[in-house]
Amino acid sequence: MMEWIFAKISDPMTAIATFGARVSNVARKVPTWPVYLAGMVPGAWLIWQTVFGGRYIDPVRALETQLGLYSLQFLLASLTITPLLRFARINMLKFRKVLGLLAFGYLTLHFLTWLFLDLQFRWGQIGADLVKRPYITVGFVALLILVPLAATSWQGAIRRMGAQTWARLHRLVYIAVLLGAVHFIMQEKVWTLQSIIYLIIAILLVGIRLAWIRRW
Amino acid sequence: MHMSNLTRADVTPEAIWMNRRQIIAAMGAGSLAGGIGFGARAQNTLEPHSWEQITGYNNFYEFGIGKDDPAKNAGAMKTEPWTVKVDGLVDNPGEFSLADLIGDIPTEERIYRFRCVEAWSMVIPWNGFELNKLLAKVGVKPEAKFVAFETAVLPDVMDGVNYPILDWPYREGLRLDEAMHPLTIMATGLYGKPIPNQNGAPMRLVVPWKYGFKSIKSIVRMSLVEDQPHATWQQTNPKEYGFYSNVNPDVDHPRWSQASERVIGAGLFGGRIDTLPFNGYADQVASLYDGMDLRENF
Repeated sequence: MMEWIFAKISDPMTAIATFGARVSNVARKVPTWPVYLAGMVPGAWLIWQTVFGGRYIDPVRALETQLGLYSLQFLLASLTITPLLRFARINMLKFRKVLGLLAFGYLTLHFLTWLFLDLQFRWGQIGADLVKRPYITVGFVALLILVPLAATSWQGAIRRMGAQTWARLHRLVYIAVLLGAVHFIMQEKVWTLQSIIYLIIAILLVGIRLAWIRRW
Repeated sequence: MHMSNLTRADVTPEAIWMNRRQIIAAMGAGSLAGGIGFGARAQNTLEPHSWEQITGYNNFYEFGIGKDDPAKNAGAMKTEPWTVKVDGLVDNPGEFSLADLIGDIPTEERIYRFRCVEAWSMVIPWNGFELNKLLAKVGVKPEAKFVAFETAVLPDVMDGVNYPILDWPYREGLRLDEAMHPLTIMATGLYGKPIPNQNGAPMRLVVPWKYGFKSIKSIVRMSLVEDQPHATWQQTNPKEYGFYSNVNPDVDHPRWSQASERVIGAGLFGGRIDTLPFNGYADQVASLYDGMDLRENF
């Protein structure tokens, strides 16, 4: 046992590679549909709670903030897939799209909640908010950015667009995730540790990409 | 006093409540000079929110910034004994126990709309007394122009004050004529029961025509002063929060519109209503601001 541990410590790269290969092996055997389903569970539970549960005194606000937060969390998770492959040799690439689409789904629900449940079709106020309120503008731009990404998330789109063009388009996610994290901070009345941590994670995940791009 | 065990059944049955409310409304209209009633919407929508809503959805950053944090955490605060310091330009300064300070001022019920700066609202049945009665008791010197208030800072039970979320203690202030106005009350109760800690026990200010944050909670100090006092949110972000902070649908918060508000408990599809100038109390209080530019003095 001690020898085994010692071997791991003395040769961390091999250890990581072995570990990575093992996780990748497991991941390869898992189809994507259970991940889609699992990803929808928190949203379904949240909606159930707000509609039937009576747990929230202000269900609209709970729905709105939590859906937005889930979206940000899934988007950040999708951005960890590539670094995991690079640094830990864990191959979960096939789940990247799943996580991204879950993020987009939650974002869409978040937006619709704001539109229909929070602002209640007050189109004048909705229009004014979109233009005049920086945090709403920022969030809305993030949503707009993610629309073409979600629309080209199917396998055929890569073939039709060409891998290079597709990859370039999908780099827009870096801007979207930063806008999302900034939007989260901007809507708060005071600074909170939680929102700052999300922004730091977003900056780190995007920063890694910038470092890679510069090295290419 | 712990209120967390109360259930819906502990609240006054609605039939009795409605009855009592009509009596109060009638009394209110009679007792307040100049026909002060309960504002334009009194007849149709002044239905008090439930005990659970009023005591479960609070902003009281000393106990955490989540809406349910105060209900979870404020129970640890001891409000007995409670000392209030009265100082500044008063005839009778000193440190008083709450009971001594209030003395024989009778408590009455006031059902007020409550409009948060975050654009949600409730209707709350307070028990309390007009602040002007307390001011009369402590004796306001003629030079006094403002009243300043401070919330308790109790690091042992208020985890929030251990972090620089705001510049503690929480402070607020009113112009003397605002403080003297008959709609301005000190609340010590809710639904006929002692006010729960998360709502500002044992005594808080309630100024129904201003955004909720002006109605400072758990008051430990009241000072009569000559200059406009420090107000916590104004200090924190002067572009977003003014000293007056009168409810005004025409002056937006820089980050969100104040034109409408979501009524708590109206359900998923229920309720956004237009916000009224001075939260519906314009008839009673608008004259306090005659000649003032309310966009400048927001």
